[in-house]
Amino acid sequence: MAQEDKHLEVVLDTQVDSVNLAEEMCLRVAEAAGFDEEMCYRIGMSVREGVINAFHYGNQERPDKKIHLALDITSEKLVIHVMDEGKGFKLTDVPDPLAEENILSTSGRGIFLMRAFMDEFNVVSGRTGGAEIIMSKWLPGAVNAPTNGASGADGEKDPGKAH
Amino acid sequence: MALYATYRDVGQVTVVDFGGKITLGDGSALLRKTVRLLLDENRKKILINLADVDYIDSSGIGELVHAYTSVQNREGELKLLHLTRKVRDLLQITKLYTVFDVHTEEAAAVRSFR
Repeated sequence: MAQEDKHLEVVLDTQVDSVNLAEEMCLRVAEAAGFDEEMCYRIGMSVREGVINAFHYGNQERPDKKIHLALDITSEKLVIHVMDEGKGFKLTDVPDPLAEENILSTSGRGIFLMRAFMDEFNVVSGRTGGAEIIMSKWLPGAVNAPTNGASGADGEKDPGKAH
Repeated sequence: MALYATYRDVGQVTVVDFGGKITLGDGSALLRKTVRLLLDENRKKILINLADVDYIDSSGIGELVHAYTSVQNREGELKLLHLTRKVRDLLQITKLYTVFDVHTEEAAAVRSFR
């Protein structure tokens, strides 16, 4: 019997506490979905980094703007959307934090960590005009999950379905 | 785990025992405040013990880098001790593991300062 898709959506204030709240919420969902401790850590960290990105870069820490977090659990994967109300950005414009000239930078590692920890990752233009981060993790035992280990940092990671 | 930072002298070296999460907000702020305080006291040989730090995010990583460069700019040395697995893994994938001088034994770490 096919598992019913589930959708959860929350609007967060642009404040530091929202980062912890989003992470805790996603950890509970990930645990309930059957992810092990290590995968939950990776999912939680990715959500944290996505919301930090929205808080700091997208919304410029402006309290009048909101952060939109949505989770979709399908029969195959957990898909996470983090949308801000900023001006948006292109992944190609994000500096490589591993480049020699950026190694000692004090910022700019959030996108890298999300890409490293999630199976699929992309940034699109959200309905608010800001950036929408879409990232996903295959559920344990998902029938159609890639067999070549999709948890590394390399390769194309477009989750496909936009929110 | 409660957030804390205490420091003690071991010879010429100041060992900072840090505990809790080094993340956006209080954890990163405490690290910054502690290192600034030590530099203000002209303590330039700093060993940060991260044995009780089991979680760090990109903000915390940035703060560690800031601490490292701040001490270097004052012609001092900042080294790391007792990384937990998660912190070590993060420093490795961000290629910072080879930037920091990382130690697993306090006595050897203290001796390694110039």
